[in-house]
Amino acid sequence: MTRTSATDRARKAPKRPKRRGPFARWAADTGWRHLVAILVVVFALIPIVYVVSAAFNPTGTLSATSLLPSGFSVNNFERLFTEDNIPFARWFFNSLVIAVPAAFISIFVSSLAAYAFSRFRFKGRRPMLLFLLLIQMFPAFLSVVALYLIFGAIGDFYPVAGLNSKLGLMLVYMGGALGVSTWLMKGFFDTIPKELDEAAVIDGAGHAQIFFGMILPLSAPIIAISGILAFVGTMNDFILASLFLTDRPEMTLAVGLKTLTAANSPASYFGVFAAGTLITSVLTVTVFMSLQRYIVSGLTGGAVKG
Amino acid sequence: MLDRRSRTAGTATATGLIVKIAVLALVAGLAVWAALPLIGAEAWWALALEAAIVAIVFYTYLQRRAIPLKYLVPGTLLLIAFQILPVVMTVGTSFSNYGDGHRVGKEQAIEAIVAAGVQQTPGGATYLVAVGESADGELTLLLTDTADGSTWAGTEAGLNELDGARTDDSGRVADADGYTVWSLAELGERQGELAELAVPTGPETGIKVQGLSAFEGASTRSYDESCDCITDSATGVVWHADDQSGRFLTEDGQAALVGWRVGVGFDNYLAVLTDPDIRGPFFGVFVWNIAFAAGSVLLTFAVGLGVAMALNRPGMRGTKAYRAVMILPYAMPSFAMILMWAQMFNRDFGLVNDLLGLSVNWYGETWAARTMVLVANTWLGFPYMFLISLGALQALPADSLEAAKIDGATGFTAFRKITLPLLLVALTPLLISSFAFNFNNFNIIELLSGGAPFRSGDAIGGTDLLITYAFRQAFGSSSADYGFASAVSVFIFIIVATISAVMFRTTRNQEDVYS
Repeated sequence: MTRTSATDRARKAPKRPKRRGPFARWAADTGWRHLVAILVVVFALIPIVYVVSAAFNPTGTLSATSLLPSGFSVNNFERLFTEDNIPFARWFFNSLVIAVPAAFISIFVSSLAAYAFSRFRFKGRRPMLLFLLLIQMFPAFLSVVALYLIFGAIGDFYPVAGLNSKLGLMLVYMGGALGVSTWLMKGFFDTIPKELDEAAVIDGAGHAQIFFGMILPLSAPIIAISGILAFVGTMNDFILASLFLTDRPEMTLAVGLKTLTAANSPASYFGVFAAGTLITSVLTVTVFMSLQRYIVSGLTGGAVKG
Repeated sequence: MLDRRSRTAGTATATGLIVKIAVLALVAGLAVWAALPLIGAEAWWALALEAAIVAIVFYTYLQRRAIPLKYLVPGTLLLIAFQILPVVMTVGTSFSNYGDGHRVGKEQAIEAIVAAGVQQTPGGATYLVAVGESADGELTLLLTDTADGSTWAGTEAGLNELDGARTDDSGRVADADGYTVWSLAELGERQGELAELAVPTGPETGIKVQGLSAFEGASTRSYDESCDCITDSATGVVWHADDQSGRFLTEDGQAALVGWRVGVGFDNYLAVLTDPDIRGPFFGVFVWNIAFAAGSVLLTFAVGLGVAMALNRPGMRGTKAYRAVMILPYAMPSFAMILMWAQMFNRDFGLVNDLLGLSVNWYGETWAARTMVLVANTWLGFPYMFLISLGALQALPADSLEAAKIDGATGFTAFRKITLPLLLVALTPLLISSFAFNFNNFNIIELLSGGAPFRSGDAIGGTDLLITYAFRQAFGSSSADYGFASAVSVFIFIIVATISAVMFRTTRNQEDVYS
């Protein structure tokens, strides 16, 4: 590989006289960039435009939907909120009620651990960090069978937290609290100068005051990102939610919206499904767009730091 | 340094002290609440475990020596309870025959078989029958006593009082917490499944279903410990216990309907290797699973990196707008968009066939279905690759690119020999974890193709991944086989662990991260 390209270069180099016109130069320099970008933008947009078109389609069936809208009606949205067997508002509520506290508690617990890993030196610190990296490769749903049995048993004693309960599902999501986000936050905490801690100690602050009063406020961006990623991950979970929540009004958006698709519902529900998707995306897209800057730095921060 | 100094500090402020006391009081309250049902059920082991956990929590927050513990204990407890314990249990289950027909212990199995031979005795109690499925799919008789209207829940394990059930006009249970009650139509359709279901109420008495009602009576069957067998005095059939497979077998090898849980050693694993019905398709799934994960990473990375290269030029117009649009697929709720893609690949009315002028049956042909899941997965995954590639590109040392330019490396050569190797150093860990994620990408397969296409009679479809296959074994519509499903899960664990090991080896030169 290396040898051939060296000769390539030698052969090519003299073949680059500046004899091209301004358009050719623009094309070679910037034009192809726009071309690639536009192609990918089209690819990215087609399904999204299709969702919008389907959501506002008056007929609401798959066969009557095309890429560009052929009519306009909010009929699908009305059905989403008025029909009795589509408790969409309930689903939305359930998703939020599960995902928001689960994300909040996960991030809190995770930041506690990250503080310990960043600021203290103790026995077993390194193995624990490595173990966290390893365990996050085993997604919770790989042990669904066992989770099922465990929560069946828990439900025998505490029905509030057993199968078919929101609390049980939340506990499973929180079980994965320590993991990627701990690493992300540890990386960020490491960048906060230790001199600040020492100054605080001289002022008489304890470890808890340093953490809650100083480290947490200074780490707001990374905490926001970890929280958003945890929240979106929970919202998108299908496998655990479908296993835990079987009563129709208790379902989350992922499980509920699936019941509206072709295999499970009449064809005319397609538009309703698209409308539900659109409303859900307004929430997630808003969150993403408002935090776009942090997301880029958060993800790559993780990349550079392992 | 810090930990030594703060050791003397302890809980420094009044607010801190109050919060601490409040939290510990809350823990104590929760502990008492949690202990009551355990005491009621005389579950002493569970109670001891609970006491140990509470003791750990109190010790951690009342001592002043090991400060890091205070920050690590909450997460560690959650980690052990809901991640490590399930993994350990999965391994345990994979060595048993747990599943439909093998849900209970041996004694309960004997009782259930004996109860199935129940004949009505004059004057025995009679019940109105409704049938419910409990959350874990176990068939349960929801009985209403015709004499006093009390409600009961009966399974092959025994009879329990049923609280909070709602009955309809006829007195039949219509709605009960924790059960999905069958409609009358369903009851008619699935009557066959009830024929052998009987609820033991004593050593040789039980409740048996007849049509829409049930009666309690004495059994013609009896268990004899000396021969470890069950004899039916009415028909003369004798079942002998087979402790190896956890079943009762007649002389000619017929098994009684109810068996019990036994350890089966490596049988579930060996089944993968030796059973030709499983081995062939399993190997195919394994190869496709790896190809799918590798293909997904390659495609998403190729598209993501391509766009990142295109947009990574200072002063280019419209980059912000492009970038905003490109992360849209990442920001949209992925489960819903996968379901949307499933509609777009519809053969007759779908957008894909429509736009491209094709009439491909995406769900019917193996390779069409595989193309379909890869296309959809690329759409979902490229924005992430775009974001991390862009970040890494901008963090590249400018001097090495300059040096390359001076040496005459331009265009593709510079990319291939300078930019790409440098990028890969930074991105390899993320690419490997993306591989691990896609290896178990349950959502895309389950929500898009559902494993389709299935050839007639095959349990494994053309796009099935190991994880979707295992899931169907455990929770699919046919009989549940938790033991085998767990064995497949363990198999996946091992593969993913191997991948992680490779990852740690390749990134070992970044050791300073762990210091």
